[in-house]
Amino acid sequence: MPAYLARRLIQAALILLGVAAITYLLLYMLPADPARMVAGRTATKEQVDLVRMQLGLTQPIWEQFGKYLWKLLQGDLGRSYLQRTQVSELLGARLPASLLLMAGAIFCELAIGLTLGIIAGLRRASGVDHTLMVVALVFISTPQFVISLSMIYVFAYWLGWFPIGGYGEFKHLVLPAVTLGLLGGGWYARVTRSSVIEVLRQDFIRTARAKGLDRWRIVSVHILPNAILPIIAMVGIDIGYFMGSIVVVESVFGWPGIGQLTWQAIQQIDIPIIMGVTLLSACAIVLGNLLADLVAPLIDPRIKLR
Amino acid sequence: MSVWRGLVRRPVAMAGLVIALAFVVISLAAPLIAPYSPETMVPEGMTADGSPLPPNWQFWFGTDLLGRDLLSRMVYGARTSLLVGLLANGIALLIGSLIGLTAGFVRGIVGSILMRATDLMMAFPALILAITIAALVGPSIKNVILVIALVNTGPVARVVYAETTSLAEREFIAAERALGAGTARILFRHILPHLLPIIIVWGTLGISTTVLFEAILSYLGVGVQAPVPSWGNIVYDGQSYFQTAPWLVFFPGFAVATLALAVNLVGDALRDLLDPTLRGRH
Repeated sequence: MPAYLARRLIQAALILLGVAAITYLLLYMLPADPARMVAGRTATKEQVDLVRMQLGLTQPIWEQFGKYLWKLLQGDLGRSYLQRTQVSELLGARLPASLLLMAGAIFCELAIGLTLGIIAGLRRASGVDHTLMVVALVFISTPQFVISLSMIYVFAYWLGWFPIGGYGEFKHLVLPAVTLGLLGGGWYARVTRSSVIEVLRQDFIRTARAKGLDRWRIVSVHILPNAILPIIAMVGIDIGYFMGSIVVVESVFGWPGIGQLTWQAIQQIDIPIIMGVTLLSACAIVLGNLLADLVAPLIDPRIKLR
Repeated sequence: MSVWRGLVRRPVAMAGLVIALAFVVISLAAPLIAPYSPETMVPEGMTADGSPLPPNWQFWFGTDLLGRDLLSRMVYGARTSLLVGLLANGIALLIGSLIGLTAGFVRGIVGSILMRATDLMMAFPALILAITIAALVGPSIKNVILVIALVNTGPVARVVYAETTSLAEREFIAAERALGAGTARILFRHILPHLLPIIIVWGTLGISTTVLFEAILSYLGVGVQAPVPSWGNIVYDGQSYFQTAPWLVFFPGFAVATLALAVNLVGDALRDLLDPTLRGRH
């Protein structure tokens, strides 16, 4: 196990290095000029050239990347082009809001997904099951921005229950968290359903039934604990998807998290921020996948970590 | 043909198939169906003070901020959606299958390199990567297709790889090899036919992923650009007037969700019918 973990962590580090290199090359090869963006539209060519030199963009690309990597190893993500602040500070300032949203989203995902999934799984192949699975598929098939805007229209504009957007109080969290929760909840419902069905086929459930245990006890004591592991694995894989979704959802709701920062940085070609966010997301994805793989042998003892 | 019979026996999946085909017919017959040209600003398509019209008898889905008929724009938007959906997904499927097949069959160093490259691709946050590239390269329909194909290749490669490796170890492949069959024969006569079901399933489900991707990119303003209508960019253009003109958001949003749902319903049923690892579980 320690050897396995060590090897996986080394692999993870290599993957992150690869992500850093590819993103860096990609960002500097694309035909967008950050110096022009920083200098402003009205700047003369001389001014733009000056800015380009100040940003260190005139050095050869491998030299720039070498410097970036060297600083990265020391935990330095560089400075934002436009905001003139350390990227790590910007990310740090935005992280709590995104983590809060993530906590709310995971809560909603699990609440929606587990409820739908357990009911569907227990009533397998019934009308209820089919209906719930189509509902789950509807959540999966609706783009983030459509759910976001519909939520705003119905619950903020029409009913006036929640604010249109913003940050600070619990009421601000509800709509974006439920939006993300509906999206993820559809996936969780499907995984939970298969997982419940899988457990229901086991002999110990038949024994529990034969003993005359009541239905709720069978579900809470025997089925759920056994069905929960694939769902934990799913949370691990979900993180990468989440990092993408918050770019849309945070922008729509004006939620001051990493997603909003990313979207602004992309529009302003603020490369150090884009790099930082990509690396942060890649870290989250790699660690999430590792979590999912570590859980796998617990789900199925035939799987050995090698 | 048993697949077809299986589909017919699932009314929900058939409904999905009919809806998806309806979208295909609509996009092919767009000029015949659309009451107006998608780019024409109709003079009577606006109120006296220049606001868009809500749905009415003349404009079934209302008009947009420039007085264009929303129904016509959405009919042509279906073309954009399906074009991007089918092409981007087709490219991802083709390249992903090639990578997975090669890596799974050849193994060795080539296989390792290909699969490590796939791992690397999967470690990128797909949506952030797609938005960034689309924004920096400059939005156009061609770039949108390439970007979406790029981020969708990894998952296909991984699935095909897993399937190919397990196939390559099966006895009938060893038997075939012992009988003197060449690599090409084994690949095309034995491995590929067994891969088809999983490729069909992923290919179908992938259409909905790419359709959603296109809508999101266009909604953010880095996808398909005006004047070419796309469901995503119709919402992008209309969202600031969302509270007074909600039809500009709801009709196209509903269209994206409906198409994606229809395709997912078909894909799901196909997976139940075709994926041998799931047989008897559902």
